[in-house]
Amino acid sequence: MKSKKAPYFFIAPAIILLLMFSIFPILIALLISFTDMSLAGLADYSRIEFLGLQNYQNILQDNVFIQSITNTLFYVLFGVPLVILFSLTIAILINMGKTKYFSFMRVVFYSPSITNIVAVAIVWAFLFNPSESIGLINQMLSTVGIQPIGWLTNTDVSKFSLVILAVWRGIGINMLIFSAALQNIPKTMYEAAELDGATKWEQIWHITIPQLKFSTSFVTITTIIGWLQFFEEPFVMTDGGPLNSTMSVALFIYRNGFQNNQFGYAAAGSLLLFVVIIAATMIQLRLQRRGQN
Amino acid sequence: MINISKKLKITIGAVLGLWGLVTVIPFLWMILSAFKTNAEIVSTQPNLFPSEWTLANFAELFQRLNFDVYLVNTAIITLLGFVGLFLNAMAGFAFAHYDFKFKNFLFILVLATMMIPGQVTMIPVYLLLNQMGLTNTYLGIVLPGLTGAFGIFLFRQFFSSISEEFFEAARLDGASDFYVFFRVALPLSKPIIAVQGILTFIAGWNSFLWPLIIANDQSFYTLSVGLQLLQGQHATNFALQMAGAAFMVVPILIIFIIFQKYILSGFNISGGK
Repeated sequence: MKSKKAPYFFIAPAIILLLMFSIFPILIALLISFTDMSLAGLADYSRIEFLGLQNYQNILQDNVFIQSITNTLFYVLFGVPLVILFSLTIAILINMGKTKYFSFMRVVFYSPSITNIVAVAIVWAFLFNPSESIGLINQMLSTVGIQPIGWLTNTDVSKFSLVILAVWRGIGINMLIFSAALQNIPKTMYEAAELDGATKWEQIWHITIPQLKFSTSFVTITTIIGWLQFFEEPFVMTDGGPLNSTMSVALFIYRNGFQNNQFGYAAAGSLLLFVVIIAATMIQLRLQRRGQN
Repeated sequence: MINISKKLKITIGAVLGLWGLVTVIPFLWMILSAFKTNAEIVSTQPNLFPSEWTLANFAELFQRLNFDVYLVNTAIITLLGFVGLFLNAMAGFAFAHYDFKFKNFLFILVLATMMIPGQVTMIPVYLLLNQMGLTNTYLGIVLPGLTGAFGIFLFRQFFSSISEEFFEAARLDGASDFYVFFRVALPLSKPIIAVQGILTFIAGWNSFLWPLIIANDQSFYTLSVGLQLLQGQHATNFALQMAGAAFMVVPILIIFIIFQKYILSGFNISGGK
């Protein structure tokens, strides 16, 4: 006999932890975003003052916050299409060969995804070093006569440099999702197309791509959500600089929360980010539904 | 599978090979630089291979820079992460094989937590753990990420694919629900535990944000937090930085290459069930 109580025992630990550290915190975030909660308030609750919408008004007039929004949009606009394009291309190319060599390439392209972000950010900061004798990339460019580039020190270039690192790291997992979906496409579809005289390009364009619709929309949504929360790359490599040119919204929130201890202000920023993430997801879902009709 | 000629296949192989090489250059450069002296790295004469291989950078990490402490902390946090794996499995089993009140509501609640960005919960969770006196403790570092919706979801998917009859047979013999879970369900779930176990290990080894927020006492730093500290304090000692990075990255790469078959098959999101 199945016990009636058993399922509750089984789910209780996980549900309690999720309630405590995911659901409940949203309410707290909402609450403190209306206050001037700081370290002083943490020590003595009577010193917390209710501010109403003041934090939201201030943050929307905060130039650094505005810049972090435009920077984050830049990351999403460049990063997401590049990640999807590259991971899809690699997945299709790998899927064309069946040998050990091709499966090994899957391991190669996935490897950046599992490595520690701090470690690889330090490695890339080293590769991006502006000095020709230290930074590998400028060293290589100099051999073909290109002047050294200030990858992380030039405000026009710094965002691109972080995108390069994040794309490099983001390809792996999406490539695996595409690879798994590619293997589910029935072989007979290609055989039929081949009999009808379709070229390789036509086969990719008219069979492979449409068949990958579900995984493409999954990858698009998760990638957009991920890039809206862009954090570790600017945190470790540039700390948001130079001149806030790489500051992201997530880093702005972390800074105000944990370096300036303005918990209320940071919470307001985090809720604005949450709203944007939900909106972006909804829009994506709606666009896809329209595409299907 | 598109049918392609041998010539095209070789071309594609070459393109992938070249692209793959570019992809692993940062790793190769990191490893080679970790065995150089810093003087050699900053010299104007660039070398691909170290003119003299040295282990001095690694020795410095452990003798002078507390990497031994960080390593022990990282190991403890990684081990504690496996408790979460077990809790996920339990929840996934209940969602797959029991009917109970609010089951659907609770499951949707679990899935909904996937949409909540870490930045929103970061500050409240810190305040909460601070209130509970869990800052600068291992428990405080692991608790926020111990269970996860994705893990619960994957376990539920897996257990749903196992026929109820397996468990029914054991129950008819008078086994309790807990016996059924521990002695029947868990042994059956070896394949998914393998995938989840490796991912848990990688996540624990790489964990950065919570150790950074919860531990401000250096004796609780993990390797990634320690490495970030090293980058700040030894900004111009690139050899030392690369040694630290290599120490974090190479073990994971080795584990990944050994277990890649399990990991790479764990991403079939469209899977029929």
